[in-house]
Amino acid sequence: MPSHRMPSEADIISTVEFNHTGELLATGDKGGRVVIFQREPESKNAAHSQGEYDVYSTFQSHEPEFDYLKSLEIEEKINKIKWLPQQNAAHSLLSTNDKTIKLWKITERDKRPEGYNLKDEEGKLKDLSTVTSLQVPVLKPMDLMVEVSPRRVFANGHTYHINSISVNSDCETYMSADDLRINLWHLAITDRSFNIVDIKPANMEDLTEVITASEFHPHHCNLFVYSSSKGSLRLCDMRAAALCDKHSKLFEEPEDPSNRSFFSEIISSVSDVKFSHSGRYMLTRDYLTVKVWDLNMEARPIETYQVHDYLRSKLCSLYENDCIFDKFECAWNGSDSVIMTGAYNNFFRMFDRNTKRDVTLEASRESSKPRAVLKPRRVCVGGKRRRDDISVDSLDFTKKILHTAWHPAENIIAIAATNNLYIFQDKVNSEMH
Amino acid sequence: MMLSKGLKRKREEEQEKETLAADAWWLDPSLPAAAQAPPAAASSSLFDLSVLKLHHSLRQGEPDLRHLVLVVNTLRRIQASMAPEPTLPPVPSPPAAPCVADSLLASSDAALSASMASLLEDLSHIEGLSQAPQPLVDEGPPGRPTGGSPPSLGALDLLGPATGCLLDDELEGLFEDIDTSMYDSELWAPASEGLKPGPEDGPGKEEALELDEAELDYLLDVLVGTQALERPPGPGR
Repeated sequence: MPSHRMPSEADIISTVEFNHTGELLATGDKGGRVVIFQREPESKNAAHSQGEYDVYSTFQSHEPEFDYLKSLEIEEKINKIKWLPQQNAAHSLLSTNDKTIKLWKITERDKRPEGYNLKDEEGKLKDLSTVTSLQVPVLKPMDLMVEVSPRRVFANGHTYHINSISVNSDCETYMSADDLRINLWHLAITDRSFNIVDIKPANMEDLTEVITASEFHPHHCNLFVYSSSKGSLRLCDMRAAALCDKHSKLFEEPEDPSNRSFFSEIISSVSDVKFSHSGRYMLTRDYLTVKVWDLNMEARPIETYQVHDYLRSKLCSLYENDCIFDKFECAWNGSDSVIMTGAYNNFFRMFDRNTKRDVTLEASRESSKPRAVLKPRRVCVGGKRRRDDISVDSLDFTKKILHTAWHPAENIIAIAATNNLYIFQDKVNSEMH
Repeated sequence: MMLSKGLKRKREEEQEKETLAADAWWLDPSLPAAAQAPPAAASSSLFDLSVLKLHHSLRQGEPDLRHLVLVVNTLRRIQASMAPEPTLPPVPSPPAAPCVADSLLASSDAALSASMASLLEDLSHIEGLSQAPQPLVDEGPPGRPTGGSPPSLGALDLLGPATGCLLDDELEGLFEDIDTSMYDSELWAPASEGLKPGPEDGPGKEEALELDEAELDYLLDVLVGTQALERPPGPGR
């Protein structure tokens, strides 16, 4: 999305999320702003022409705050946005920074009443002596106005930094997770929340593991999963106990002894977890791989895909420059047959679970002229090098694709590359395969 | 003092980068990782780098807990690997094998505490506080007498396997001028949670710690952001 201002750090996109129909796409940035894009209706002229996304609304969701007690500034960066399922004409979404979650209502106004008796067109009171007859105001069309208003503010629920929010399939509750705790909220109640997971040790010196991501099951309102910095996933059932410290299932892959290094734990830390649309699988991302887990098998993932295994020999440097701590997200396509995740050098990767084929694509201005077809990229690790290959050593580690999203039904993806948003559509294969 | 610490760290970071570039050769991609036992020098650079990262992390207003935990765990792994094994030729430097491993372990936890202490020093300019208290002495493994006063940021360069155990005398001198008399203040409520009060035996502890252990724990916890001053969620706005 071209920005008319000089690109600044505040414009760095920090989250991307399609709504449940894919008609709307929301992005949050480091400056606390939310920008919503809307897909234009398909053109009647070209039968296969699919709508493109235009800016629908922009608003300031969070402002920087100052915690006077701790003398700390609370960043306004939007960590996550989650849409609520649409229940009436309005759209609603939850946005969160490190500490506070907000519920926003987005409404459209495309008509306005005209012909008031007591007010004129500008709203000024009329001189009553000029009013000689009564008229009934009529609704006349007007330019579309999108209004966004904050409906709830869920504050003071978290001591640590919020990393995830997830709306329950019951559409009444949602959860928010920070490094050590997960809270359950009712969407209508802001002055209290229910703590459902607490992994804070009695003695902070014993802290060895933190919560990194969490999500509700898409269909079972009592189930949720959370991932940890040690690479484990815990599936919890809220019916089993009020405090879900005991998991129902623990998903953990034993460490591969041949790959053991000082950095084993860091690279096993799960940065994102997503249930499949079917609800049968989970997708996790750690530093070097994406893994598909079957909810019925805790011992190991059923599929593992290498995102950028050529980095395995560079872990020391990546530890030094802190890149090893980067948190990449992952996404399913609508039919759960393809998974996608970002990497460095503005590359992102897609893995087809059925054909086992994978592709590396690049999100950059040069390769993304409108209507241009993306060319697959390749990273060479020594040995035979083809003409357009990028060598590992020339990868740009400052260009990270951390946030990606896939349209719930169609082959449309949104890729956040620092402060640019790329939306790619597969026009040839618009149906899910 | 803060400035000089900063400068020192910067120079160290440069050295770290050079050492690491040279030492990374042992990460040979063609060899399985298990077969590669990194030489002591490489582990030492990694150790120092990790300690630097730990400090950097702690010096953030609100440390990224995930980053902190991962760095600390990695540090522990490195330490564990540097503890000399009976089958290997003795690593030159540590006087006694168990002592070094333990002191390294204690020093990393102590580094944590010491960093918190220096955080307190930074924050001591905030209205209401006067001067930094004595740093919290970390408890060593049970049964082992603590070697001495905890290290401070300024003593970072003293830590490390190459130099063996901490140099007690120099460390104690660093804290001589700190006035702890204000810690009788009722500002600090006893902690309901927080760091375990450490019953230390080290000589540094005998310098009357005016502030009650539990109160200091609570204070450290608050300032590192781990303790809430928790109260139930306030009414939504």
